[in-house]
Amino acid sequence: MEYKLPFRQYHKALMKNQLLGLKCGNCGAITCPPQMSCRSCSSYDLEVTQLSGNGKITTYTTIFVAPEGRETEAPYIIVMVELDEGPWIMGNLYDMAPERAGMDLIGRPVTLGSRIFPGDRYSDGPMARPAFLFADKA
Amino acid sequence: MRKVAVVGTGHTEFGSDLPKTEIEMFCEAATEAMAECDLGPQQVEALFCGNVFGDFAEGQGMIQSFIANELGFHNVPATRFEGACASATVAIRDAFMWVASGCYDIVVVGGTEKATAMGTPLATRTFAMGAEAKYEFAPGLTFPGFFALLAHLYASTYNVSLEKLREQMSLISVQSHYYGTKNPHAQFRHKEITPEQVSGGFMVASPLRLLDCCPFSDGAAVLVLASEEAAKKLTDKPVYITGLGQASSPRLSAQAPYLPRIRARELSAMQAYKMAGVTPQDIDICELHDCFSIASIIAAENLGFAQAGEGGRLWENGDTKIDGKIPINISGGLKAKGHPIGATGASQACEIVRQLRGDLADSGRQVAGAKTGLVDTLGGDGIIANLVLQAGW
Ligand SMILES: [Zn+2]
Repeated sequence: MEYKLPFRQYHKALMKNQLLGLKCGNCGAITCPPQMSCRSCSSYDLEVTQLSGNGKITTYTTIFVAPEGRETEAPYIIVMVELDEGPWIMGNLYDMAPERAGMDLIGRPVTLGSRIFPGDRYSDGPMARPAFLFADKA
Repeated sequence: MRKVAVVGTGHTEFGSDLPKTEIEMFCEAATEAMAECDLGPQQVEALFCGNVFGDFAEGQGMIQSFIANELGFHNVPATRFEGACASATVAIRDAFMWVASGCYDIVVVGGTEKATAMGTPLATRTFAMGAEAKYEFAPGLTFPGFFALLAHLYASTYNVSLEKLREQMSLISVQSHYYGTKNPHAQFRHKEITPEQVSGGFMVASPLRLLDCCPFSDGAAVLVLASEEAAKKLTDKPVYITGLGQASSPRLSAQAPYLPRIRARELSAMQAYKMAGVTPQDIDICELHDCFSIASIIAAENLGFAQAGEGGRLWENGDTKIDGKIPINISGGLKAKGHPIGATGASQACEIVRQLRGDLADSGRQVAGAKTGLVDTLGGDGIIANLVLQAGW
């Protein structure tokens, strides 16, 4: 069976700030990032759908010790975001100084942006990643 | 299924920059385990070996068949298990199955790792390989980052202030280092720490500081498993593996909205308790996967020792101490004993077996009268394995 939304297709859309997901033909749940089966009911009856990219932060951390090859990125903030359509996804937050990230981030509404991780010697090419922006900033 | 016993245990020193190779360390632990039950190499029918980073640390893949032949287990089937930090526990579970099924009577199972040979930057990179590579490594997730995300989620989900959680997490590292000083194999056997040292350490991934994190480590640990009938001839004190569990998780973000509870651990522990016919209240001693201080709190809850949101109180109340309600990580845990990841599950099982046999009085860390013990191991983003061990005499 064909993989409905392969990484490369998801990655290309995300580079243009478009977030693709999968809608389940069986239960209606949205799955993102893509996988073979519906995250809710395990059905393979999935169809590609564009998501809003809007959601709220559920948790965060500021990474001070980065993996080999990514030392110049640190410190950087990682967030998990609960999308309006349901799924949680992981991304970065570049909209504030990383040292100042605190518990008041949790619950803040955000909207989608993206950046590229060019990959390292162990990864198979570049990878786009969500870089969220505050949606409630004046 | 037949009953399966642990009849021998071996454990090397754990530490940083140890002078021996992964194969040499495994061989030393294996021969110690075999000597405990007076077992010769010709009697061993199969080898099961946890090893995660041999390829990166020593340029050595497929370590298992070299180990088997070095030990004189000529031509026996040898299998390597890669389940990140849970590798050896998964290996023990499979080794159990092969003996329980009647295929083999006596097997050797363990793990070996030389993580410090990689150096911190490469080790941080390879440890992050246990996270999902496309969607979660891209934003720069590290292994401390995984539990750092859970720490903030824990504080917000259960309405625990970060200050309170900070105090509890510090107590956990302090307790582990205290008991680590009583374990002659521990990486930090000479190092007690204070809560102020934990809370004042440099930040690795907020809110986790250096002493919230287990170290990179080298070392090996090995067990000999035998069928009930074979065990009777090999030892007076067989420790039976009476319960086993194993479960898998998806990438971290896909574990929502169950987080910060780890569903796979709850399921794995339930399997192990059910198979052994015990409840969390029956556990006399537990070695749980404290890769980070917050991980201990979450694990204690998942394993049924505390309600969700209340795990930290176990350490505050002293319930986790050697004479407490549920002694936890009296070996020093991953934090102070060290965490050579492919060996960790075998090290935990080795510690529980020695506790149940009453071997540890001289070291000052014997839990009096322990009859039933639990091993809990978490691998990377997605593997949990649990063992229930019970004294069989
Ligand atoms: Zn579905």
